Amino acid sequence: MMEHLLEVNNLEVKFKLRTGGLTAIDKVGFTLDKGERLGIVGESGAGKSVTGFSIINLISKPGYISDGEIIFEGKDLTRVSEDVLRHIRGNRISMIFQDPMMTLNPVFTIGEQMAETILAHKNISRKDALEISVEKLRQVHIPSPETRLNQYPHEFSGGMRQRIVIAIALLLDPAIIIADEPTTALDVTIQAEIMELLLELCEKNETGLILITHDLGVVSQVTEKIAVMYAGRIVEIGSTENIVANPLHPYTRGLIKALPGSRGTGEKLYQIPGSMPNLTEMPKGCAFHPRCELAEGECFTTVPELMQRGNFRRLAACHKV
Amino acid sequence: MDKWKKFKESYFLYSFLRDPVAIVSFVVFVFLVLASFTAPFTAPYDPYDTTTISIMDSEIPPVWLEGGEKNFVLGTDSQGRDMLSTMMYGMRVSIIIGIGAVLLQAFLGVVIGLLSGYIGGRVDAFFMRLADIQLSFSTLMVAIFISAIFQTAFGVGKYSEYAVPILVLIIGLAEWPQYARTVRASVLGEKEKEYVEAAKVIGFGSRWIMFRHILPNTLSPVFVISTIQVANAVMSEAALSFLGLGMPVTKPSLGSLINLGFEYIFSGSWWITIFPGILLIVLVLVVNLLGDWLRDVLNPKLYKG
Repeated sequence: MMEHLLEVNNLEVKFKLRTGGLTAIDKVGFTLDKGERLGIVGESGAGKSVTGFSIINLISKPGYISDGEIIFEGKDLTRVSEDVLRHIRGNRISMIFQDPMMTLNPVFTIGEQMAETILAHKNISRKDALEISVEKLRQVHIPSPETRLNQYPHEFSGGMRQRIVIAIALLLDPAIIIADEPTTALDVTIQAEIMELLLELCEKNETGLILITHDLGVVSQVTEKIAVMYAGRIVEIGSTENIVANPLHPYTRGLIKALPGSRGTGEKLYQIPGSMPNLTEMPKGCAFHPRCELAEGECFTTVPELMQRGNFRRLAACHKV
Repeated sequence: MDKWKKFKESYFLYSFLRDPVAIVSFVVFVFLVLASFTAPFTAPYDPYDTTTISIMDSEIPPVWLEGGEKNFVLGTDSQGRDMLSTMMYGMRVSIIIGIGAVLLQAFLGVVIGLLSGYIGGRVDAFFMRLADIQLSFSTLMVAIFISAIFQTAFGVGKYSEYAVPILVLIIGLAEWPQYARTVRASVLGEKEKEYVEAAKVIGFGSRWIMFRHILPNTLSPVFVISTIQVANAVMSEAALSFLGLGMPVTKPSLGSLINLGFEYIFSGSWWITIFPGILLIVLVLVVNLLGDWLRDVLNPKLYKG
């Protein structure tokens, strides 16, 4: 069997609260191969971002990884020391955030920020670091990168800043980029541009991509695999083609039905009724049953396992498939 | 040259040149600083050199009054020292103590504020309660308290020998909470911003993130308080000296000059107190005005660039 680049098994993340523990991520598992692109989809609060952060073991307090393993290049990231982690962060696995207005430090020129990032991981001269920076800026199609290096973040537009953030993420040629809703804060026209750029760069450099988003439309264009998350669990995972063409889980089906364009013009958009349960008061049985049209019998009593169902080539967590 | 060009085009200079109050304050401030620091060359007498002082010259009024002498433009004090020279030397002492104390305050306050704000929890609770306790006394009281400890520890003779560094230490220790609180408040706001998260994701350690990424973003309020604190420190030093706990009479600061002259004010020699008093007021006023201007420039809400 081929070894995966990243293997997440049975990941469980808890948050310590005054009222006791709260499970934000429950038995999440997936794999990522070299150059593979995985989309994690779900609505707000489903645990997508927490999953992303837990891969580089950077969950903000009071959260912590309570169980499971994250195997990257042969090392279990939940067990290695902080030093090893620091070496992996930004270097082997880098991350892109939602809002490019906020992720760049306003008091430094982008050249300084880029050089600093390289120098944190590589023992090269500042001049060489700046050269790499120029090269990467060119890759993300920033015009005249040499002069741009000496400018401050506020001198760039939102789309340009996100390009710079992508360039920073690419600086050290990471094996995986985790992009947490990279286009949510941008104009629709620029969104497409940025997604295309990300796709192009990942393909060219054979970089693995984990794309976290609530936009199924974006994911289906970019990724090869999709994991649909609901209330801290993966409810369906499989190849993008299969899932979009023939969703199994009623939640996935609802998401696809809710996409604009899935109904005729003039009709109201479909909406999944209700909202996601609060993690502190999870319903018994399948977490989705209060919103599910098919719910009956064991849906109310037992949590469905994520497993292969029928002869579909993917995993789903639903009794009714 | 590039930096100079950038400076010439900056909003900083632009707003300065359009604010007459700032220009006048700056000119006066520079004049006072130059006058005090070139005192050994420009002052007509050396008030520290006892051989040039004659007690026969004591309490001579300023030159425009009856009995005034051309040699002593602003008159002489009770020991026969030329007022103008003594004030120039005294202002130098005041400014050195003021700036030194502020540097110490800023250093302590910034480091403590940064640690409290970033680490939080027990470290934060400890330092902030310490600051609360200290702020619940008046700064002057804390300063008197510390200086009393120093005076008994060193003896009065030693104390007056090292009066300048000791005063810097006293005033510095008495006012660090101002800085610590301001810096902590900004750090609390800054550390939630995504660039900090991004820096963690890039793999920087917390010390690097604190001092290299967060600190520069909290500096503008620090600059603003610094100007006001210089004025405050000069005042504190003057107050301590006025109470007899500051600079010794042999090396007077503006405050000890005022104190010295105060005993003679009812015998008619008003100039010994009034001139250093005016000088102190002018010095503190221009520093405060410059601070106000700086606050306006650095306040992003007022910034319309």
